[in-house]
Amino acid sequence: MQLDINKSEKRLLLLLLSVPIVLLSLGIYHGLLQTLYRSGMISQASFAALDYYQGLTLHGVINAIVLTTFFAVAFGHACMAYYLKMKINLKIGWISAILMIVGTLLAAIAMLSGEASVLYTFYPPLKAHPAFYVGVALLAVGSWVAFWGWIPMYRKWKNQNKERKTPLPVIATLVNFTIWQICTLPVAYELLVMLLPWSIGWVETINIPLSRTLFWFFGHALVYFWLLPIYLMYYSMLPKLAGGKLYSDNAGRLVFFLFLILSVPIGVHHQFGEPSITRGMKLFQSILTYGVAVPSFITAFTIAASLEYSSWARGYRKGRWFGWMFRLPYFDKERYLFAYLICGLILFIFGGLTGLVNASYSLNNVVHNTAWMPGHFHMTVAGPVYLGIIGMTLYMYEQLSGKEIRLKRIATIVPHIWMVGMLIFSTGLMAGGLLGEPRRTNMGMSYLDPESPLFRPDWVMTTGITVLGGVILFASAGLFFIVLIDLIFTKKTKEQAIRFPAYEVLHDEKRIPLLDSFKPWVVIMIFVILVAYIPVFRDIAKLTGPGAKPFDPNNPTPLELYESND
Amino acid sequence: MDKYELRILAFTGVILVIFLVSVLRAVNKYAIDLPECIPYDESFTEPQIKQIDDNLYQVFVKSQMWSFEPSEMYFPVGAEVDFYLSSSDVVHGFHIAQKGLNMMAVPGGINKATAKFDEPGVYEIVCHEYCGSGHQHMRAEIIVNYPNQQ
Repeated sequence: MQLDINKSEKRLLLLLLSVPIVLLSLGIYHGLLQTLYRSGMISQASFAALDYYQGLTLHGVINAIVLTTFFAVAFGHACMAYYLKMKINLKIGWISAILMIVGTLLAAIAMLSGEASVLYTFYPPLKAHPAFYVGVALLAVGSWVAFWGWIPMYRKWKNQNKERKTPLPVIATLVNFTIWQICTLPVAYELLVMLLPWSIGWVETINIPLSRTLFWFFGHALVYFWLLPIYLMYYSMLPKLAGGKLYSDNAGRLVFFLFLILSVPIGVHHQFGEPSITRGMKLFQSILTYGVAVPSFITAFTIAASLEYSSWARGYRKGRWFGWMFRLPYFDKERYLFAYLICGLILFIFGGLTGLVNASYSLNNVVHNTAWMPGHFHMTVAGPVYLGIIGMTLYMYEQLSGKEIRLKRIATIVPHIWMVGMLIFSTGLMAGGLLGEPRRTNMGMSYLDPESPLFRPDWVMTTGITVLGGVILFASAGLFFIVLIDLIFTKKTKEQAIRFPAYEVLHDEKRIPLLDSFKPWVVIMIFVILVAYIPVFRDIAKLTGPGAKPFDPNNPTPLELYESND
Repeated sequence: MDKYELRILAFTGVILVIFLVSVLRAVNKYAIDLPECIPYDESFTEPQIKQIDDNLYQVFVKSQMWSFEPSEMYFPVGAEVDFYLSSSDVVHGFHIAQKGLNMMAVPGGINKATAKFDEPGVYEIVCHEYCGSGHQHMRAEIIVNYPNQQ
């Protein structure tokens, strides 16, 4: 099956795929630099005109928010059109893309001018330039618009196909954007109603615990928003790429609907160390977080079963325990996308398990805000998510432009190098975190500077390991860009059309109406969110003191005092 | 669902229940819990060290860009210390890695956690939340059983 595309569709998709990839070069550059700063190899506040915390803000915003959101929208357009065999609404598609690009540019200008060094969590009372807040909000709103264009497509298809199963990738895409729509509402409120007037000076103070809770209402669901497009690839493409079929289609549906229910009402597990929220609500959301591990366990089984079946299908003997794992086409350059997905999946085993540690209530005391945290989430967002995104970007670029990768061998080795680098890098960070290294800290200026009275020799080894990992990761990213640039400059040889790996199911079960309908799940979702969050907001209203005035990250004096002295 | 799928669901359930029971046991048996949040009261925001009885101390720690106040604390071996944490400007962190004591200082909130210092030595307190350009210098220390000093 293939989906023919016209010029405007091609332009839209290529634009959405390439904007974040261009910015990614900056994000990855500063990823490497951070390992150098943290290990003390760079012992200064800034290097090559980029401040550490400014670069860290760029690294977080570009890699975790811009890249993931643009990709989710581009891939969503492609999946909705391809699997429903319908045209996307181009007018809505372009409005959405323009909003997202304008928002990204506003935020990028604010960050590059050094007026928004507040990291990607933008915790007040550190204040950023108002353009940063508007930019991030526009990026989110732009992605909503794309989603609003897909709903009528789904309705129309559903009316014409009442008794047929909705294709799993369509369910996955719509589940993901329903989560996104709901979780971004509070953060849009935080950005536009709280932070924006406060940063301009119209409002004197804001409630900090409230703003943090609104952020984390969004912040953890964001993690699933990154991940679900990759889960979609695991379910609907990976089995075929390996030469097999998906083990069970209904399991996939159940998994995505469980994510719909449980992705949002768990944000408080990022706030275990904070005042203004009582322990009971923290424990409750900790348990809900265990609940969201269930769909990932089901996925681990279903995907492993599909891959084992694919090994049998390629002639490996049935019934042996783990041998099938060594018979997968890890290095087959004719299906390089498999390498990207499987390397990400292997990293995600560790990313998921360390995530369970973080969610475990008081165990969080050991790891909260230490280097362990970036160690954990680099094996999720910089594991399966990053590898899935760049692999699928190559794959879609080939098809949208009608060109073929010339450096296929390099393209296949990129994810393997990345996986090795990431395992080393995360080991260094997590070990350092257990020794007490703080995250988000320019340690080269204090704790890792042998000249400083704060020098911590016990952190030298672990930060050194992260440098080694960082260099390997940087090399892998460099090779990816070489493959991509070479691809851009090759000649067109084929017609332009999207052809995703065919979606085939091993046990093709009957349609279960409950697993093919959004309404009941959305109702449960909203109910669980209300139960999990109303008491939290009540705690905050009861326990919080006075609001806070804005502060410039470079100056301990309240902004109003030193600005009026100028 | 086939038998393998049912097995994996049961396995998942058992694992998660084991984890949950362990967490609850840590809370009940060993009193390893998250920080306690206290209704906001300005009297906690004035930095001070109070000795309640022989081994029990209360410390009101004020965090600000880019230091803690008090920044050096002396306790005898065996001291049990309640830390009450507040912030006078932006969000800070308060981490004593050796004690697994981990709190956020959030403007408008008062946080509380307790540590017992049974071993003599120097305990580093590190600010582990980005709080502006001087963040990497923000720390404090606790000295346990320093010769006769308080």
